[in-house]
Amino acid sequence: MPIIFREPGLTQDPLRELLQRRMDRLFQGAFSPEGSPWQVGVYPLVNLSEDRDYIYVRAELPGVKAEDLEITIQDLSLILRGERKIASEEKQVNYQRRERESGFFRRVLALPSRVHPDKVEATCKNGVLTIKLAKPEEVKPRKIKVKVA
Amino acid sequence: MTEKELQVKAKAEAPAKGERVRPGRVFLPAVDIFETPETLVLVADMPGVPADKVTVDLRDNHLIISGEVAPPLSQGETMVDQEYYTGDYIREFHLGSLINQGKIEALMKDGVLRLVLAKVERAKPRKIKVKTA
Repeated sequence: MPIIFREPGLTQDPLRELLQRRMDRLFQGAFSPEGSPWQVGVYPLVNLSEDRDYIYVRAELPGVKAEDLEITIQDLSLILRGERKIASEEKQVNYQRRERESGFFRRVLALPSRVHPDKVEATCKNGVLTIKLAKPEEVKPRKIKVKVA
Repeated sequence: MTEKELQVKAKAEAPAKGERVRPGRVFLPAVDIFETPETLVLVADMPGVPADKVTVDLRDNHLIISGEVAPPLSQGETMVDQEYYTGDYIREFHLGSLINQGKIEALMKDGVLRLVLAKVERAKPRKIKVKTA
């Protein structure tokens, strides 16, 4: 069974939750021209992916230093906190455009099962944070051999 | 600095221009541009772009910055939940002041590009003293 992330406080049935998400996304894609992905409204946006052994959580955090990030695993939650600092320039500069923003962020993601806190790796490369979580043995796909009677 | 919570901002897609051969989406990076008396500084957020994949092209006063990203997933990975899209970055600017082509500094760090362009002598501001008759 694939690993399914639940939003905290919502339905306890992960399969139904996933179906609901997929349906919502289908409708969102149909009505918004840009086909924006699932909207959560909490910074940072994350992409979740998996392979056989790991779950990957990725977030785009350009200019955020590793020491300004705080990743906590608490029971079934992954908490991502931090601050994006933009060094202020000297006083005599004049701005033409100012689109980049600074500030703090805090986000919680619900994990589908317990993960070993010491089997979590986080790396920040080129402004992209990747958190690699080891899947517990019982959720890994297993091949079942058919016995010949 | 004031305590401010960051808000989610969808990445703006770059308008299609010409025919792209590389597959995938193209986004406009968020930028800060400011001037000092001697320089014009441009700071652009391009997460996922390594330093060797950044291109800065300046012809006369037409500046193009672009960056290529690697595919979001490695071999054997499947996407479970996607909240943001990844893609290359491109943005064009017409610079108001003349730039000294020989004095351009580009630094890419943590997905943030910082370009320092030196203005040519002629474009530097000069205080003009008003004489009283």
